[in-house]
Amino acid sequence: MLHADSRAGSFSTLRSVARAIFTLASASLALGAQAATLQVGNGAEPSTLDPQKVNGNWESRITRELFDRLINYGPDGSLEPGLAESWTLSEDGLVYTFTLRQAHWSDGEPITADDAVFALQRLVTPATANHNANLYYPIVNARAINTGKAEPESLGVSALDTHTLEIRLSEPTAYFLQAMAMTEAAPLPRHLLTSGVEDWTRPGTLVASGPFVLVDWKPQDKVEVSRNPHYYAADEVALDGVDFHAIEDTSALMNRFRSGELDIAYGAVPSARFEWAQENLSESLRVGPLIGSYFYMLNLRDGTPLSDKRVREALNLALDREVITERLLGIGQTPSYWFVPRTIASPTSARLDFHDQDMDSRRARARMLLEQAGYGPDRPLELELSYNTLEDHKKIAVAIAAMWRPLGVEIELVNREAAVHFAGLRQGDFEIARYGFVATVNDPYDFLNAYAAGGSAAASTGYADPEYDALVEASTHELDVDRRAALMTEAEKRLLDADVMLPIYDYVVVNLVSPDVEGWQPTALDVHPLRYVSVDEAAAK
Amino acid sequence: MTTDTLAPSAPAGDSLGRDAWRRLTQNRAAMVSLWLLGAMTLACFIGPWLTPWGLADVDWNAFDVGPTLEGGHWLGTDANGRDLLTRTLYGGQVSLSVALVATFVSLIIGVLYGAISGYVGGRLDNLMMRFVDIMYSLPFMFLVILLMVVFGRNIFLIYAAIGAVEWLDMARIVRGQTLALKQREFVEAAHALGVKDGKIVTRHLIPNAIGPVIVYVTLTVPKVILLESFLSFLGLGVQEPLTSWGVLISEGADMMQTSPWMLLVPSVFLALTLFCLNFLGDGLRDALDPKTR
Amino acid sequence: MLSYTLKRLAQAIPTMLIVITIAFFLMRIAPGGPFDGERALPPEIEANLMAAYHLDEPLWQQYFRYLGNLAQGDFGPSFKYKDFTVTELILQGFPVSLQIGGLAMLLALAIGLPLGIIAALKRNTAVDYAVMGTALAGIAVPNFVVAPVLALVFGVMLGWLPAGGWNDGALPNLILPVIALSIQQIAYIARMMRASMIEVMGSHYIRTARAKGLTEAEVVWRHALRPALLPVTSYLGPAIAGIITGSVVIEQIFGIPGIGRYFVQGALNRDYTLVMGTVVFYGALIVLMNLIVDLIYSALDPQIRYDD
Repeated sequence: MLHADSRAGSFSTLRSVARAIFTLASASLALGAQAATLQVGNGAEPSTLDPQKVNGNWESRITRELFDRLINYGPDGSLEPGLAESWTLSEDGLVYTFTLRQAHWSDGEPITADDAVFALQRLVTPATANHNANLYYPIVNARAINTGKAEPESLGVSALDTHTLEIRLSEPTAYFLQAMAMTEAAPLPRHLLTSGVEDWTRPGTLVASGPFVLVDWKPQDKVEVSRNPHYYAADEVALDGVDFHAIEDTSALMNRFRSGELDIAYGAVPSARFEWAQENLSESLRVGPLIGSYFYMLNLRDGTPLSDKRVREALNLALDREVITERLLGIGQTPSYWFVPRTIASPTSARLDFHDQDMDSRRARARMLLEQAGYGPDRPLELELSYNTLEDHKKIAVAIAAMWRPLGVEIELVNREAAVHFAGLRQGDFEIARYGFVATVNDPYDFLNAYAAGGSAAASTGYADPEYDALVEASTHELDVDRRAALMTEAEKRLLDADVMLPIYDYVVVNLVSPDVEGWQPTALDVHPLRYVSVDEAAAK
Repeated sequence: MTTDTLAPSAPAGDSLGRDAWRRLTQNRAAMVSLWLLGAMTLACFIGPWLTPWGLADVDWNAFDVGPTLEGGHWLGTDANGRDLLTRTLYGGQVSLSVALVATFVSLIIGVLYGAISGYVGGRLDNLMMRFVDIMYSLPFMFLVILLMVVFGRNIFLIYAAIGAVEWLDMARIVRGQTLALKQREFVEAAHALGVKDGKIVTRHLIPNAIGPVIVYVTLTVPKVILLESFLSFLGLGVQEPLTSWGVLISEGADMMQTSPWMLLVPSVFLALTLFCLNFLGDGLRDALDPKTR
Repeated sequence: MLSYTLKRLAQAIPTMLIVITIAFFLMRIAPGGPFDGERALPPEIEANLMAAYHLDEPLWQQYFRYLGNLAQGDFGPSFKYKDFTVTELILQGFPVSLQIGGLAMLLALAIGLPLGIIAALKRNTAVDYAVMGTALAGIAVPNFVVAPVLALVFGVMLGWLPAGGWNDGALPNLILPVIALSIQQIAYIARMMRASMIEVMGSHYIRTARAKGLTEAEVVWRHALRPALLPVTSYLGPAIAGIITGSVVIEQIFGIPGIGRYFVQGALNRDYTLVMGTVVFYGALIVLMNLIVDLIYSALDPQIRYDD
């Protein structure tokens, strides 16, 4: 068996050799691309173009251009009608009715409510293994289907006619429309996916509903898309096409942006080069808040020093956030005394109690607390701080360890490679761990739910507080904006009062965008719909 | 080219060592390298006592500052406000010792394995060499990354493990030498006198194969230092606050435009060390190989 | 020759089987799995993922499933790059890596061999030190420093060449990565050539040739070069395999869609199928390269014959 295999291997090797030589011989001198094709430095290679299997910002950035949702993001990141012209919510907050516009797939087939039903059923089917399926659990039967206890057809979603979609929820859910704007909720071409075609996401096969269609995909190189002539607003799309280049290395991104090979470079500026970019690329540097919280998770389980609230509070007090955001990083992150980022839609307002005290009195109190907890010169507090591999995580950890050292806290820094770090978190194998929580939906629920029973942070840290769970649950079903904000703030305050985490800062996102690019805005979810973007060809060289 | 002609292959023993040493001292590049290496090692292990800063001391008033005399940061500070000279010297301790640990482990395993395989011969030799083939067919990076991940916390354990992967070439070289030496009179004589196999291997075969081995060692040390720097580039380097030249260089490479000293300082130390090791290696090869004149 | 080749290939099969087995189980010892990412998954969803990839089965069952699929030439889909099979990824990346690696190796030979010969002939003179010193600079600076400097200087500051990108292998895009990749090899080859040339020049055989009254140039070209090339030839097999698969730094910095990154990223992402694919591919490449080298070796050195 292996014999045949190894022969096949060497044969195809030969063929590849021949192909390589051929490519070499026919190497052209072509450089760059046509003017109205936007060149985007997109970060990592997309792992898939199936909108229900994507998992990272760099992937959904592409799938959002290929697949419109019922509700889209506008140029400023707010929600706007997409494939749905309008929608209504019933009095009891349980039934959404969407009216779809007249629109077509890129192969000319009409986009119908059945396509939306098909997509949502597929989304919660266990075999799809969607990462965010839990956000759709409010739909009737969604959780049962996703855990294999019910058939996908039983999902509370139905097509009332070709252009009317009804979604039934089991509880009122405040963030639901946000979830409907995510790429996983996009209607899918049912006629294609049920036709038995394999690899439907390939160029030539994939059928799109968004402003762009897939032209080519060279792994580890680029994904090319061009304007979709069947798009319902095709006239308004200014760009002829977009090349999404897979470039992960930040210095490579910056080099290629500076040499004019890229019009937009996402995430090209680590803190180490920010100051330089401010001086030299100021007209291209776009800094904006990102709904994300950078914090240290604390393992609260019995048996570690961190199960003592005094210890946690002392560490929290002695952490000088302003030194980190202003002196060490200097990108303009907001030092945070809270968990839920302040730039989120419908924000909370809880804060750590000491937020307005000066560092000296905070340090004094920290020292006192540690003494009370039994730590001192003879018995130093020894803790392990782990972080996943990244230059900025290292810088922050080193600085924080140095802030705590004068209190007699001895920190062992443990840099773990990402897979190990996050597996360690999942298994509760850590004492203090760096964590970054970036919103997938623009709603505090996304954050607060992490510490509620069954949430990922609760599972990692061992945090359990029934009253907290009840507050989060109540806030989810509360549709009145003010009352909901009050409930969420109360929940957040419980977390902060118990010092279950060490908040450090609210994220910002730094991108490079050529001044010739028009219609691109920084947004809180870092979404930038390209149908509103154009390139000033006269200005571009 | 020097003149001593028609020397028959030199006999084993002290005269070879003394001869080789004489030839080595005549090689100017090798001698300069030897002195420089000595000075560098001394600086790395004693120097940190003399600088005003400690390995993990943060100067809260001097983040990312270029070389100055006033602030006491003679070669500048890193992004965390730590003294770069101090860290480079400490980094040298790690890089040099890590390289020695890995090389030493590969030396022990490789020499024993190769000598046994070559001396016993026959089916065992076949089996042992087949195992070497298997190890060669595994992508080196794959093994190293897995070792790093599994032993993630202890740098010396990791490099012992890397040494345990690096021994393959050594084993091949020693086996080749052993096969050749086995046929020679003095081994056969020892056999005839009833000397035990183990003793023949350790007393006669290994000492006589030592020349190529020493040369290979001087090649392995730079290889490991570079490997360490590559792993640091991937983010798999030593744990903070410890550092190494590889870690410092990969940190510096990120900042080469804004803070060039962060790249230049450790790079100069690393490059100098590698240069010296290479010239020393060439010198040793020339000195120890009786065939070259 | 043919029967020798077939025999060598047949011998490789058990070796490969052991290699596959070792790699399979080693990979699973490593902590963390393919789905451990920044955002922790709810248990229900993780269970769905594990089931979709058969990771919920006992390990031995997964092992035999893998071997069974492999026997049918199926390396499975990549965990990370879900839309492609491992075979597709490797076959798409390999020509790129071969092109970059092959050109880099040719460049390294074209520069490294003459340098090594010159240094050997002018041994221990200023010329020797200068040549070897320059060559060594290539080893002494890690390529993750050299590559960004090249991109910065020639791509950004001077603007002579693209700072990166593959562009279907267009010539301007090839130049910088090929140079960056060859620099270390130049140094290695020059060193090796110098050493082996010195050894050959000192042999009785060359002395005889000199005694016959041949000029120094004739001695070098006619008699010394061929035997001196032997060690370099045997170095080339593993070196080519290494340069094709080990160019991750160059690929990252210049954005080259080759296979080098899969060797590193596959292991870091715990992309089990991709890792296994690279292991099998590398093993096959090594077998093939060693075979080719041995055949070239026998052509260069008439004393060696492979008849049995």
